[in-house]
Amino acid sequence: MTPPLLEADALTKHFPGRRGLLDMLRRRERPVVRAVEALSLDVRAGETLGIVGESGCGKSTLARCLVRLHRPDAGVLRFRGTDVDALSEADRRRFNRQVQMVFQDPYSSLNPRMTVRAVLAEALAVHKVVPPDQIEGRVAALLDLVHLSRDAAERYPHEFSGGQRQRIGIARALAVEPSVLIADEPVSALDVSVQAQIVNLFLELQERLGLTLVFITHDLRLVRHLAHRVAVMYLGRIVETGPTAELFAAPRHPYTQGLLRAVPQMAAGQGRVRRAAAITGGLPSPLAPPPGCSFHPRCPIAEPACSTAVPALAARGGAWPVACRLAG
Amino acid sequence: MRRISVPLWLGLGILALLLLCAAAPQLLWPTDPLAFDFAALTAAPSWAHPFGTDQFGRDMLARTIAASSVDLQIALFSVVFPLMIGTLIGLAVGWYGGWLDAVFGRLVDLVVTFPFLVLVIAIVAVLGPGLVNMYIAVACVGWVAYARLIRGEVMVQRNSDYVAAARVLGYSTARIVFRHILPNALRPVLVYSVTDMALCILLGSSLGYLGLGAQPPTAEWGVLIADGKNFFTTAPWITLFPGVAIVLAGLGFSLAGDGLADLLEVKR
Repeated sequence: MTPPLLEADALTKHFPGRRGLLDMLRRRERPVVRAVEALSLDVRAGETLGIVGESGCGKSTLARCLVRLHRPDAGVLRFRGTDVDALSEADRRRFNRQVQMVFQDPYSSLNPRMTVRAVLAEALAVHKVVPPDQIEGRVAALLDLVHLSRDAAERYPHEFSGGQRQRIGIARALAVEPSVLIADEPVSALDVSVQAQIVNLFLELQERLGLTLVFITHDLRLVRHLAHRVAVMYLGRIVETGPTAELFAAPRHPYTQGLLRAVPQMAAGQGRVRRAAAITGGLPSPLAPPPGCSFHPRCPIAEPACSTAVPALAARGGAWPVACRLAG
Repeated sequence: MRRISVPLWLGLGILALLLLCAAAPQLLWPTDPLAFDFAALTAAPSWAHPFGTDQFGRDMLARTIAASSVDLQIALFSVVFPLMIGTLIGLAVGWYGGWLDAVFGRLVDLVVTFPFLVLVIAIVAVLGPGLVNMYIAVACVGWVAYARLIRGEVMVQRNSDYVAAARVLGYSTARIVFRHILPNALRPVLVYSVTDMALCILLGSSLGYLGLGAQPPTAEWGVLIADGKNFFTTAPWITLFPGVAIVLAGLGFSLAGDGLADLLEVKR
């Protein structure tokens, strides 16, 4: 087995919440949003790892921790076995070049006052990817790579559609020749027809460039289509992770089982859509996560013991790790 | 190319006229603004002197035109320095936030508590009258407005994804702040600065009138009005035409400022 390219070890990220004057007078402690809680994850070279979870489960925070936009409060992020936190300024730049990100909102992720050429040329020039006289040619090559016409270089972001903007964002990330691409909900802001084009672009790029892809989404169908491995996230933790096909066929964690049941099934010939069996209740607040297994209030098979200890992510007699004391 | 609106055309037209007055006064009205015409003391407007003459027989049209270069200079300098200082401070405060922002907030409170004009007059009174000291006083007070505008914009922009993308690309703070954030934060400041030029002409004229700004015999609209105030009942044209010039300049800058606001509106 190839060693992990990017490895998160017990990564934790909390955000300070708001505390009113009254709370201060009552000497209440400042509330803490537990966005990512002791999360461990490894990304192997060349694979696509899908991270799924409901909105608010900490997916985006995790993505931002992985590209170092957020400094984790605890835990270690390793790239090719080296602690990213211990890197010198110059090495940090090299890390930045290696691990790039594609953002969710194609509208706010591009500088409205820079042409596509300026955006791409800047990335190429700052990291000295190519000598200055070759920047022009490389910009054209990048546009070809993401299937944008070459005259797009002269235009500003507002002249493009959402899908085209997302292609520009991808080209910007690829300009510095990264080995890992973190895509945070890259298609959820797009029309379904455009989603497919962008997803296919990711597949094609991965094949052509040998990219390692971390694809974060709430859409299980996308993960099934794209990912080699899946990690299911619930309230800042990974609850189950395994190979996509096997995990979708036989999910082990009750949350994963519920998620998969909740996907509406449409079979040809059947007159009506089978009603999806949704997980009851909403995502608990990350301000006050339930004690023990954070899924137990919504879990159909929970036992009293589930509310006391946090279950570790372990094999538990199965082929892949799951964080449920009743699985196995 | 976006269409330039009618008010912007009008504003730019007035400003062009003022610029012409400042650049080539002889071209518009060849009379010497300092020449005395003892045959026509405080003469009413006529073909020879369309704006009349003052108590020394100096041609008011020539003097009003001559004053435009001083007043445009006032508009420019009392905006440029606060603009530059305020922009730099606003960028720093908006980007770093924290205690810097807290200190800035108190400083802003302190400055806005005083009426602008009163504070400027107080500083000029300490430094001594004159145009240079007036610019210093205006810069001391005026930067606050610019810094607040920039700070607010920076705080919005710094949380946007394109800034996050720049950070992920490993760009330096200077590059992110000056190349990415500043161009997106500058619009309200530029628009405000043009409107501010109108206010600064009024301020310069006020200080000139009070004897704290431009010093006689420099022709400056406020100084001209002050000169004429004793003859207002007998020779109102001495004060009237410089007043009209001030209004016209203010209108020109205001219209141009409004038009610029529409023109610079960024598309997303």
